[in-house]
Parts: sequence; C-alpha cells; structure tokens
Amino acid sequence: MKHPVGYSAKPGLRATEYLPWVVALAAFFVLPDYLALGARILTYILFALSLDLIVGYAGIVTLGHAAFFGSGAYIAGVLSAKLGVNDPMLQLAAAGAGAGLLGLATGAVILRTRALAQLMLTLAIAALCLEVANKANSITGGADGLSGVTIAPILGLFKFDLYGKTAYLWCLASLLIGWWLVRRLVYSPFGASLTGIRDNSVRMQAIGAPVYLRLLLVYTFSALLAGVAGALLTQANQFVGLNVLGFEPSGELLVMLILGGVGRMYGAFVGPIVYLIAQDYLAKQFPEYWYFGIGLMLVLVVLFARGGLLGIVDAALARLRRKA
Amino acid sequence: MQALLSSLVSVAFHGVAYGMILYVISVGLSVTMGLMGFTNLAHGAFAMAGGYVLTTCLSRFNIPFPLALALSFILVAAVSVVFERLLYSRLYGASELEQVLFTIGLIFMSVAAARMAFGTLQSPVLLPDYLKGQISLFGRDFPVYRVFLIVFSGGIIATLWFGVERTLWGAMVRAAVDNRQMAQSIGINTKRLFTITFAVGSGLAGLGGALGADIVAIQPTYPFEQLVYFLIVVSVGGLGSLRGPFIAALLIGITDTACKYWVPEAGAFFIYAATIGILLWRPAGLFGKRT
Repeated sequence: MKHPVGYSAKPGLRATEYLPWVVALAAFFVLPDYLALGARILTYILFALSLDLIVGYAGIVTLGHAAFFGSGAYIAGVLSAKLGVNDPMLQLAAAGAGAGLLGLATGAVILRTRALAQLMLTLAIAALCLEVANKANSITGGADGLSGVTIAPILGLFKFDLYGKTAYLWCLASLLIGWWLVRRLVYSPFGASLTGIRDNSVRMQAIGAPVYLRLLLVYTFSALLAGVAGALLTQANQFVGLNVLGFEPSGELLVMLILGGVGRMYGAFVGPIVYLIAQDYLAKQFPEYWYFGIGLMLVLVVLFARGGLLGIVDAALARLRRKA
Repeated sequence: MQALLSSLVSVAFHGVAYGMILYVISVGLSVTMGLMGFTNLAHGAFAMAGGYVLTTCLSRFNIPFPLALALSFILVAAVSVVFERLLYSRLYGASELEQVLFTIGLIFMSVAAARMAFGTLQSPVLLPDYLKGQISLFGRDFPVYRVFLIVFSGGIIATLWFGVERTLWGAMVRAAVDNRQMAQSIGINTKRLFTITFAVGSGLAGLGGALGADIVAIQPTYPFEQLVYFLIVVSVGGLGSLRGPFIAALLIGITDTACKYWVPEAGAFFIYAATIGILLWRPAGLFGKRT
C-alpha cells in the first residue's frame, strides 16, 4: 500500500516525520566518531530522494542516475581543484545547475522513448559520462581521481574541520532543504499528476495532461538534486573518484531505494542508512558474502516484499491494529 | 597502401570474430525479451557460467575441447531451466522495474558466487594444440582459433536460423512473439515454449561465453562489464528479431575493434554515442517491430 499523495493526502507534517531529523541531530552528539559515515549517508539519502522522485513517483526506470550524481561531484571538484572556486555554496549551485542542465538535455532525449530503448539510453548516457571522466585526464584526474579539493568556510564562518562536524551539519542542512522541496512537490497537484502518469500515462494524456513536459520537468529537477548530492559528497571527502559514475553506483542506489521502499519518500531515508551501515561493517570483512547478500536481498524483496523495509513495517503495524 | 590494406583486413577479421561471439551470446536475450517481454539483465551471468564451465573442464579435468564446449551449452541450459521455472516465471507480467531489480540481484549473486568459486583473477583458456598458431589463407596469416570461431559460430547461427524459420518449433516461437494471446488460444503451450526457448537462449549464451573466453576474459565482473554490450546488441538490433541483432553485433564487433586499433583514446565513446543516435532515430531498433 502506498501513501496517498496529491489532493487525496493531508499535506500537514505527521509526528513521525520529525523523527529522521531528531535522529540525525542525536547522532551528531552521541556518535562523534562516525560523522564521516554519517555525512556519506546524508548525501546518499538526498541522492536516493532524487531517484525516488523519478522511479517511485513518475515511474521512469533508469540505470544511469549516477550520471548526474557524478557530474555534480566532478563539477564541485573541478571548480575547487582547477579553478580555485572554493565557496561551498557556489559549488553546490554550480553542481546543481550543471547536473540539472544535463538532466534537461538527456531527459529531452530519453523521455521520447519507452521500455528497453529508454533503459538502454539511460545506461548508455551514464557509460558515456564515465568514459568522458576517464579519458579527460587533465581535467578530472582520470582513474587516479581528483585530489586537491579544498573547501572554504561556509559563509566565511564555519570551517570544514578534521572531525567532519561541519561537513555533517552542512550535509544535514542541504538534505533538509532538498527534502522540503521534494515533499512540497510530491504533495502538490504536480505530484498527483506524476503518480497519475506512472499508473496510466495513456489516460493522463487523454485527460489533457502534458505528460512529456511533466516528466521532463521532474527529470530535470531530480538531476539537479542528484548533482547537489554529488557535490556534497565531494565536499565531505575532498576527493572525487571515478566510482561516482557509471552503472555500478546507479545500480547500488537502486538497491538502497528498493531496500527502503520505492515511491514513499522515507524509503529513501531508510534504505541508505541500513545499506551503508551494513556495508561499513560487512563489505570490508566479507566482500563476497556482502555482494551475495545484496543480490539475495534484492531478489527476496522483489519476490516477497515489494514495499521494502517500510512496507514490512506498514504491514506489521496494520496487523497489530487489526488485533487491537 | 599495403600496410593500410593489411590492417583493414585484420580489423575486419577480428571484428567479425568478436561480433559473432556477441551475437551468439545475445541472440537468446533478444528472443526471450521479445517473446516474454522480460528484461533479463542477468543474461551475461549465463555467458560467464559457460566460460567457467569451459575453462574448468580444460584446466582441471582435462576434458577434450569439443566435449567441454558441448558441456558449456548443456549445463548452462539445464541450470537455466531451473531458474526459469523457480524464479523468472514468477515475474512474467511484473513491472519493468521489478524485473530490472530482480535480475540485477541475480547479477550481484553470480558475481559473488564466481568470486568465491574461482577467485578474482581471470580464468585462462588452455586451447588444444590444433587450435593454436596461425593458418595461411589467401596469402595472409590468421590465428587458427579466430578462424575456427567464425566458422563454428556461423554454423550455429545457420542452424538457429533454420530452426526458427523452417521448423514447427520456430513457427510457434514466431507466432508467440507476434501475438502471445492468439498463439495461446490456438493451442500452443506457450508456457512450455517459454521454458524451452529460455533454455536454448541461455545455453547459447553459455556456449558464446565459452567460445569467446579467449577474447572476452572470463572473470567475476563479466556480467556487469559486458551487460552494456549485450543490451546494445539487442536494443539496436530490435527485440524479437534474429537478423537485427546479427547486424548490430557485427557493427559493434567491427567498430569496437577498429576503435581500439586506430583511436584507442576514443575508447568505447563512439559506440555509446552511436547507440544513442540509433535509438533516437529508431527507438525500436534497426529491425524491431514498430509500435
């Protein structure tokens, strides 16, 4: 069961919607040793939110969303390392604008197609971006990655410290703004028309909705958010590697989103948290079992738990309520 | 002039060999996707499995090369039947997203399983002596194995085309690709047809992976790395068609070889760009059904 959106839903904040922010702030004070991982999780939540918009709400299946994440990451990195633009806000703005433009240009192309052709185009575009970053050695550092990224203090006041405190709060603040925008969008008439297109695009066309333009708009916005998330990752790591581009990060992000639950906003919160923490523990010690476990989990989720972890929680709550 | 001619011949020759391999692997994907509308991203895992069957047979059990090739087809086809009945069949008619995720899950599992069983290094192919060395044709030297590859794949492709165009099974497959409901209602057992076609397609992928193990290295990341190429062959060629993917595979084989030979810095760039261009021009592929 999906949460109602658009006109059918009450747009007011539910009590549980404060929970992620309380947890995030609590983590800042309670777990000071894990702030680097925390910042990584926050950026991936923003990235997953952007994917949820197009996959979960608009029903566009993509295998290449990392193209925008990666281009945002490289824009921020190149701005700092090659052009000396170190202001974090400027970097985010440039990364968002660049990735958004890329989204507009590629979206205009891929949204004209459907099914396999669309899937293939998203994959090919992401592969193309990876190829460009790999070959443009002098700008991107190629396979060695781009180091020498420095970030100026935010507003000239808050320096990015060694312990990652500033980076964590910076990512949290950016996520908060991104989440607010996504939430506004999902609960708006525009959001309702997106789910309409997802569920039956022919009928939406028939009642006069400009399907192509709506999809293009949300695709562009999603690319912009992904670009900002990529730039945040660059700022938190002060490094960009090729692993932000291509099929594998795109697939990994899909895994996170599926794990949390698609098309329900907070699935994009739960998925990256569980996935990245598990990865932090397991991937280094048991890489084979880790990969195998991810695959098995995907298969099981698709076969038995299509709502992801949040779907399982929902079902359990519904059962409790029936018993009570 | 002489040098240019000889490099042209060499590129064409190696490109055709690579294209043949790509086609033998991908044709099953084209037919099963056209037939069942199932987006099977894990097809490359079957090709990798075939490759591992061959390399293991040759290096560990000293099984003769022809028998090892046959085994790579038979074992992969047999395993794929189990997968199809137990797993894939549950997702016929499911949404594209679910099929994509499910098969990505299978890729992850196959990559991990291959790494556990065979390690991360690529598995070398121990070719028999009669397939090593050079052969002289029309006054030029060609590697024997590539010549064998082209001839053998050509034979498989001819058999396959004959099977699809001239036999009852082929007629049933074509009918089901065109209109599954109609085929079902005139008494074709489409369920069984799916299973058999899936097995043949996967078996061919295994055989292709085994044949091409000398060109496309067999290593655990194979299903991820080669996926783009298989999907390009199928989408550019056109779903459900036999001829389209053949032409697409040859184009890719030759283009890829030519790029590596003359403009290595352009890498795969040109192929991706061309794919995007072709799919924009004809979204259903060069020979796909237009909708």
